[in-house]
Amino acid sequence: MRADATRESIAWRVVRVVALLAFAVFFLVPLLSMADFSTRVVGGTGRTAQPWENLVQDPMLRSSIVTSLLLALLTTVLMLVLLTPTMIWVRLRVPAASRLVEFLCLLPLTVPPLVIVVGISNVYAWVSYLLGNSPLTLTFAYVVLVLPYAYRSLDAALGSINVVTLAEAARSLGAGWTTVIVRVVLPNIWPGVTSAAFVAVALVLGEYTFASLLNFETLPYVIGLLGKSDAPTSTAASLAVLVLASLLLVALTFVGRDNRRESRRDKPSRGALT
Amino acid sequence: MARVSRLAPWAGLLPFLVYLLVFLLVPTVTVVVGAFQGGHGFSTENITGLFEATALHTLWNSLVLSVSSAVVGAVLGAFLAYLVVTRPPTSLFRRTVTAVSGVLAQFGGVPLAFAFIATLGFSGVLTEALRSSFGLDIFGSGWLFGLRGLILVYSYFQIPLMVIVFLPALEGVRPQWREAAVNLGASTWQYWTRVAGPLLLPAFLGATLLLFANAFAAYATAALLVTQGNPIVPLLIRAALTSEVVLGRQNFAFALAFEMIVVVGVVMTLYTLLLRRTSRWLR
Repeated sequence: MRADATRESIAWRVVRVVALLAFAVFFLVPLLSMADFSTRVVGGTGRTAQPWENLVQDPMLRSSIVTSLLLALLTTVLMLVLLTPTMIWVRLRVPAASRLVEFLCLLPLTVPPLVIVVGISNVYAWVSYLLGNSPLTLTFAYVVLVLPYAYRSLDAALGSINVVTLAEAARSLGAGWTTVIVRVVLPNIWPGVTSAAFVAVALVLGEYTFASLLNFETLPYVIGLLGKSDAPTSTAASLAVLVLASLLLVALTFVGRDNRRESRRDKPSRGALT
Repeated sequence: MARVSRLAPWAGLLPFLVYLLVFLLVPTVTVVVGAFQGGHGFSTENITGLFEATALHTLWNSLVLSVSSAVVGAVLGAFLAYLVVTRPPTSLFRRTVTAVSGVLAQFGGVPLAFAFIATLGFSGVLTEALRSSFGLDIFGSGWLFGLRGLILVYSYFQIPLMVIVFLPALEGVRPQWREAAVNLGASTWQYWTRVAGPLLLPAFLGATLLLFANAFAAYATAALLVTQGNPIVPLLIRAALTSEVVLGRQNFAFALAFEMIVVVGVVMTLYTLLLRRTSRWLR
């Protein structure tokens, strides 16, 4: 491929640079506009930090931030506790169930969140009867929403190691099933677990459909409500959430990169199309 | 250790299965059953309501929005993915684009609605800049808050989604295939039309279908941008949910949600079939 790289024509280089610039403008202008819009004085000149101060001063916004962060934490924990042992167990003991588990995990892609909201009122009547009418009960629905993404991360991680051989080795040395799952398999699929967790956090911090239609005051819902009366504050909050999620996910690619490189060592990943 | 029966390991799946039964299957079945229920037991009045002018027009709008944003997203996203894949996997550029795409694709909802209001809204940054410096009015009569605006805004998360979905397929194209083609005397054009093109086509079409389903089911951005009228299906569902009775019908939200399941279900089935075909070659 090196020969091709040196033969790369000037026209192609120009096209590439222009295209990348166009993409950069399309994706950056709205973000920069948010920064500008959230710091300018409406109907005047100069700058104000008031919308950003509102993020910590406005009581409704502040409590919704706490709610959303708690939701992100609870959803991630519940999702990992529910999904990881199940997926390992399927690989080890009930391979016959792998298609069923895959189907169920990917089903939320086919059944849109909006449809689940429409049908979930009876279930949530029971949930709020048993657990109270707290916004944190959204955790149950959010676990379903993050399932497809979490499933893919974990499935890829499990696919890159030989779970059965690992388990047999551990079992022949006297380990119980709990030890096999927690101390043998889990450390080996850690990159998959962290990426599932990061995606879950990002999704929960941005989720609007459930929160708005079930009337729970999470951060995205409150941002939406505020938008009608105070657009600059909503814009500031939106930008803050976007930056936070970006930092999380960018951190993930940098933290997980050594592990990933290892698991992808056998796969070609460059050069084919140059 | 005692010999356990063949069914015993299935018990380990119980927590997972019960959870999904309660929080995924029960709601879905509720929608499907509810779509065929009237005030007194079984009825098809909700379903026939889907074929009346308003509902059909709304469905048409939703299809137009989903197809346009999927095609725009697929073409531009595939191109961006190609620009990315020609860089080494460890390069800062490639890692940044992948990470940013991950964020923007998942994170469409609320922030993006406000990003575009801040950019192209009546007092948006770009609107005001063009108005004061060139006397140009890009706000018009508020196209941002209608169907055309939604197509533009949806492209903002469709392009990154395409990058994420299509990148693995591009990465799966082996350098050896090109080397083999070149050794056999193929030109760049022949390599693309005879080797890489046919290999990537199922992946490309599959990804386009995924983008379509993604746009068809998207709710948050539209809910925040469109405050007047209910031009697309998700917003009609919102109206049916919050005002209890639309068009004088109970359970109409169930019928609309059922319509959504059918459309997305068909598209996602096709997607899965195409994906299976892709994964045969690109591992």
